[in-house]
Amino acid sequence: MGNEGLLNFIVSFLATDLRCATPILIAALGLVFIERSGVVNIGVEGTMLIGSLLGVVGSYMFGSVWWGVLTAVAATALIGALFAYFTVTLGADQVVTGTAINILGMGVTTTLNRLIFGLDKSIPPIDTFKVISIPVLSKIPVLGSVLFQQMLPVYVAFLLVPVAHVVLFRTPFGLTVRSVGEHPKAADTVGINVWKIRYATVIGGSCLAGLAGCYLSLGVLSFFIENMVAGRGFIALAAVIFGKYTPLGALLAALLFGAGEALQYRFQALGSGIPYQFMLMIPYVLTVAVLAGFVGKSTPPASSGVPYTKE
Amino acid sequence: MSTVLEMKNITKKFPGVLANDNVCFSADSGEVHALLGENGAGKTTLMNILYGLYQPTSGEIYLKGRKVEITSPKVAIENGIGMVHQHFMLIPALSVVENVILGMRQRRGAFLAIDEAAAKVKDLSARYGLAVDPHRKVGDLSVGERQRVEIVKALYRGADLLILDEPTAVLTPQETDELFGVIRHLTAQGHTVIFISHKLNEVKAISDRVTVLRQGRAVTTVKTSRVSKEELARFMVGKEVLFDIEREPLEPGAPVLRLDQIEADNDLGLRALKNVSLEIRQREVLGIAGVDGNGQRELVEVICGLRKASRGTVWLGDIDVTNASPRRITELGTAHIPEDRQARGLVLTMTLKENLVLHDYYRPPFSRGHFLNWKEIRDHSRRLIREFDVRTPHEDLLAKNLSGGNQQKLILARELSSQPQLLVAMHPTRGLDVGAIEYVHRKIMEQRARGAAVLLVSTDLDEILSLSDRIAVIYEGEIMGILANHQVDIGEIGLMMAGVKKTAVA
Ligand SMILES: Nc1ncnc2c1ncn2[C@@H]1O[C@H](COP(=O)(O)OP(=O)(O)OP(=O)(O)O)[C@@H](O)[C@H]1O
Ligand SMILES: [Mg+2]
Repeated sequence: MGNEGLLNFIVSFLATDLRCATPILIAALGLVFIERSGVVNIGVEGTMLIGSLLGVVGSYMFGSVWWGVLTAVAATALIGALFAYFTVTLGADQVVTGTAINILGMGVTTTLNRLIFGLDKSIPPIDTFKVISIPVLSKIPVLGSVLFQQMLPVYVAFLLVPVAHVVLFRTPFGLTVRSVGEHPKAADTVGINVWKIRYATVIGGSCLAGLAGCYLSLGVLSFFIENMVAGRGFIALAAVIFGKYTPLGALLAALLFGAGEALQYRFQALGSGIPYQFMLMIPYVLTVAVLAGFVGKSTPPASSGVPYTKE
Repeated sequence: MSTVLEMKNITKKFPGVLANDNVCFSADSGEVHALLGENGAGKTTLMNILYGLYQPTSGEIYLKGRKVEITSPKVAIENGIGMVHQHFMLIPALSVVENVILGMRQRRGAFLAIDEAAAKVKDLSARYGLAVDPHRKVGDLSVGERQRVEIVKALYRGADLLILDEPTAVLTPQETDELFGVIRHLTAQGHTVIFISHKLNEVKAISDRVTVLRQGRAVTTVKTSRVSKEELARFMVGKEVLFDIEREPLEPGAPVLRLDQIEADNDLGLRALKNVSLEIRQREVLGIAGVDGNGQRELVEVICGLRKASRGTVWLGDIDVTNASPRRITELGTAHIPEDRQARGLVLTMTLKENLVLHDYYRPPFSRGHFLNWKEIRDHSRRLIREFDVRTPHEDLLAKNLSGGNQQKLILARELSSQPQLLVAMHPTRGLDVGAIEYVHRKIMEQRARGAAVLLVSTDLDEILSLSDRIAVIYEGEIMGILANHQVDIGEIGLMMAGVKKTAVA
């Protein structure tokens, strides 16, 4: 590989990394808020899956990718409301409820997919996200094509990072969210409605998970495949922990895990003779390794996972 | 003076408990009104109702003559009520200002107005003598400082009626004096303070009027200047209270616990115990006096096997138990009344009967083979609950629903039922009412008479003086000297607590 070849390799690797990091990042940003409010939502995986399918369904039925996004977000908002009803209002175990959401997501998407699109292999053409080149900026040599020739959700994901940071640490709402996750009773005694805040973060976070899901089915691919989220929801959870429950940390973690996935595509393309199943393992092994080396260094909010009840 | 608050015929029922029974309570503007009562008398419940945390089963509340429905703390705050809770409601991970403005519409544009808020906090601190640094993290503050943050938090919200729920239970004598200064500042500027306490001296010192609750009922409301301590105690408990416990002279027996040149580190890795040597014999109480945080906790933990000693030896009788496991030390006859009953003494979310067998659940008769023998556990619990007079409807209540005093009795019941050789008691009466204190003291004396050795750690010098045969003063992890009780001079102990060493050791 010459110099130019190496440069090309790096550029295309970075571009792939950004694309792979995007769904993880969007979901992780939502999770940062959910986790910070003291709720553990392992149901993101299923929520993303529902977003993926409903994005395709919306786009197919109404003929535009924007309708797809809207459908997906509306559906996942409902899923979030359902999760919140069980865990926040009824005080059900969050891990159990999250698992139920994952199973539900798997079942519902498989069934609906077969009902709507049938079992045959012909995939109907649908409207999907288009690459948007930012004028001027995309002309910057090398980096321009990496950073500024992407689909809308990629830009949205990266712009959301500073927004989430400011909201969490600089606004009254963010302070409220953090307090509710640390010490809900203390929040209650100053007149904060703990349940309302948790509903807000869970529903908002689930909408982001839905958006992440439809980026997979309307951006990365242009159709739905069963179980296409393939653990990215769980990786997003890991990214939140690894990122110490901050938006900036989640960004770095998402880029790292995205790189794992990008690496896997590279290796597969290189055709090294190693069975591809091993390549597919890379992102997951990376996640496990990173988390294992990181245990105890990231402190969850003090009331993480504990339902709040009065009296 | 005008009446600012009237609570009329307040009744609050919890499942199985009548916490408030037709209570009437009122407060005038600018007064300090003390609320006195035994553990579990219903003081916190009554105030939680006023603050909107609980809804009364029946009864009415009037503020400045207007009837109000306080459905939530938010409504209480809007009506100028502030409350500093018995267990602080602060978030350790956040800064002082963040805690203060939490839940308020304190913003500049869309953002938090941290700087304005900090300036206002400084203002309030100056005005009422509440020294706090607005930018420090609450988790790094001392207990006294946290309390000041709580008061600032209430004032910041415009509270003119301030409820202080057992504010002095966790304070040193100096901090208590400072708090009284603050309270006087507050009332001088027209605020009304409801002051909950068990400590009769404090109630006498600070309050204008006292209302006494007993078993959920308001027994009386009187002008403080018109009653004596003894009368108040009688109202509270319903019978005469002995303030001085009889410590009969006993001949000490064989050594039970011996520490030989112990050193240990604290949680931060700093040396917390320096060359500590001491001995306690049968039928003897050794009191450890000292300002909180001078190595008392580490000392107790080393003895109970909860902290590693980096040097030295711990002997139980003639067995070397240095760094042995807590279970082995327990099995060798050590009982431990830990410093924080909620965090360490009990599993709050487990039932009373489960808490009562935490030491012995794995042994017959409480377990048979791999199974627990619930019938035996239940009978045992009922016996202990009766014997130690734990006020509870039944043994299946969760420990967190007991009042503080009853939680302490529960721990005593568990620890003392095994007839220990050595009793290690740390702050055994913190936050307890006079009746309960008398009870705990009597139990400790019973253990001594039975032949146990007792290590008593307390920051309450009166308690140390009335129970101990010998007194060791600890300062920065060092024993400054050990005195026999009859040769004690308070001034000398005070000096030793401040770090002046005593040469002759008793
Ligand atoms: N949430 C609850 N559920 C059931 N019982 C409760 C609850 N809160 C309090 N109680 C019971 O109500 C009674 C009054 O409790 P309260 O906490 O008001 O007492 P207190 O006077 O503040 O005592 P202390 O001095 O120990 O703080 C006690 O018997 C207690 O066990
Ligand atoms: Mg109380």
